[in-house]
Amino acid sequence: MSATTADTAVVTSRLGVGARAWRFVKRHTLTVYAALAFIYLLLPIAVVILFSFNDPVGRFNYVWQGFTLDNWREWDAVLGLREAVTTSLQIATLSTIVATALGTLMAMAIVRHHFRGRGTTNILVFLPLATPEIVLGASLLSLFITAQVATGFGTIFVAHVMFIVSFIVVTVKARLVGFDRHLEEAAMDLGANEWTTFRKVTLPLLSPAILAGALLGFAISIDDFIITYFVAGPTQTFPVFVWGAARVAVPPQVNVIASSIFLIAVTIAVVNVIISSLRAGRQQQGA
Amino acid sequence: MASEGAGAPVADVRLEHVVKRFDDVVAVDGVSVEIPRGSFFAMLGPSGCGKTTTLRMIGGFEEPTEGRIFLGAEDVVGLPPYRRDVNTVFQSYALFPHMTIEDNVAFGLERKGVARSERAGRVAEILELVGLGGLGKRKPKQLSGGQQQRVALARALVNHPRVLLLDEPLGALDLKLRKQMQLELKRIQHEVGLTFVHVTHDQEEAMTMADRIAVMNGGRIEQLGPPQELYERPATAFVAGFLGASNLLPGTVEGPGAIRLDSGELVRADVNGRTGRVAAGVRPEKIALGAGGGANELAGTVSESAYIGVATQVVVRTKAGVMQVFAQNAGTGGHVLAPGSPVTLSWSQDATFVVDDVGGTDRDEEEVT
Repeated sequence: MSATTADTAVVTSRLGVGARAWRFVKRHTLTVYAALAFIYLLLPIAVVILFSFNDPVGRFNYVWQGFTLDNWREWDAVLGLREAVTTSLQIATLSTIVATALGTLMAMAIVRHHFRGRGTTNILVFLPLATPEIVLGASLLSLFITAQVATGFGTIFVAHVMFIVSFIVVTVKARLVGFDRHLEEAAMDLGANEWTTFRKVTLPLLSPAILAGALLGFAISIDDFIITYFVAGPTQTFPVFVWGAARVAVPPQVNVIASSIFLIAVTIAVVNVIISSLRAGRQQQGA
Repeated sequence: MASEGAGAPVADVRLEHVVKRFDDVVAVDGVSVEIPRGSFFAMLGPSGCGKTTTLRMIGGFEEPTEGRIFLGAEDVVGLPPYRRDVNTVFQSYALFPHMTIEDNVAFGLERKGVARSERAGRVAEILELVGLGGLGKRKPKQLSGGQQQRVALARALVNHPRVLLLDEPLGALDLKLRKQMQLELKRIQHEVGLTFVHVTHDQEEAMTMADRIAVMNGGRIEQLGPPQELYERPATAFVAGFLGASNLLPGTVEGPGAIRLDSGELVRADVNGRTGRVAAGVRPEKIALGAGGGANELAGTVSESAYIGVATQVVVRTKAGVMQVFAQNAGTGGHVLAPGSPVTLSWSQDATFVVDDVGGTDRDEEEVT
């Protein structure tokens, strides 16, 4: 072992300066590249978090003035912010639940059953993803006006269900395509009726895809501005609130909420990684 | 064989003229069969012959277009799989990947409402029977293919079904493991005494395990009988070619015990009431090199000779056609015959079987397995 190390050392010392520099570059290029990419991705978020601790003098939170925890301590000091956040969470939760149930069933219908209009449905489901949001929003608004539906919480909810369904269908469909139908046949062969088969076999195996689709849908719902802005009526969601506020003032509490959402998301991801690695460890111990 | 002798009063599985059509394709075309209780029954045939579809109709995964299916005395057509007293071992095993081995095996018992304490005991017992004791806490992915196959078997057997259906259960295993599992399946079948219905395209596998074999082709049963009968007395050219190798010589029936070959020679054989165009068949290992092997003789020249250990495989060109011969190397020295040397082939009348004429064109494509 030590002899080998000595040999390597001799070889290294014999190399020229240029060659050694080249080796250094080769070894570290990827690291530097990756670090730059991460900075590019994370810098804006870092700024958002940093400015949630800013103590701005004027109405705009654009220049660093000084450090304070007041914004976090009194996160709902701004009029209407608490209501807007609550509304956003309610809409995201409700529409995700409804869209997940609908989307999962739609995906199963499209993959499993041959019915009239199956191809059309398949394409129609993609449309909300492919259509520019501004077009969707404007069309929905004129639809609601024509149908004389008062815009507000209800219309936001309906609109969000519409586009979340697409995400659910796409993710669940992908999982269903690779699904071994023999698993369900085996369950029924062993005495499980249709419902038990769905509950014990189909659903547990689809759940990663359903969960992924639901999380994606929730995140997009919380974040959506364009469609919501059109169909919101007097109701304010968090993005709509920020938009309104930004024209007269940007309170640092907006950064507090944004940072919180980010931190919650990161926490969920980290917990998920820890749980799955613990589970993998336990399985290997069992083996 | 044994299972037939005692006269089983009620067949465990009975199919009455079962037909299955998928749109325009006829997958199963009028299959009628009775499978006695406790027997090991194999459905053998090439892919697309309808054997798997037949099995799936017994299991309840497909409904027959026509005909009736009985389990015992009960007509089960229209009943869903979970109301049929059969269990299936799937070709892909279909183990539930999100459950442990124990939970997989206990799945059927749980559905039947067997108490938790009893479940644990029966699961442990059956895992012991298939040689997997102590692996119950693992997930299917952590087991090898052979072990997964045993779990699939245990998961079906633990329910004590009336009939166990096996859909090419050994297809995914390597040769050595497959041989081992063939004997093991046979042992387990003896031990539990259930009726096994086994689907395979491997003639050797079917002959090793089954009491009775139904050879299927084009959605129909070509011949049904114990392995020995199928091998010694194939009823059709298809059966003769699918089970082992055979030489088929086209000719015309000339009397109750004689066939005039197209090349002019007379072959002695029991024609079994056939008339007109037929083919006389003989297995390669039943032919002796040299005269005196029996009533039938053909002269020819050696075109190839290959020493393969237990036997020497000789290809002989005769006026009637190319003949395959397996000469047992029972003595020492073996039969080394130089290509081009003249030889007489002889075999007995008993070793000769008669099938309907094959047309005589695909003789040279006959493959020796």
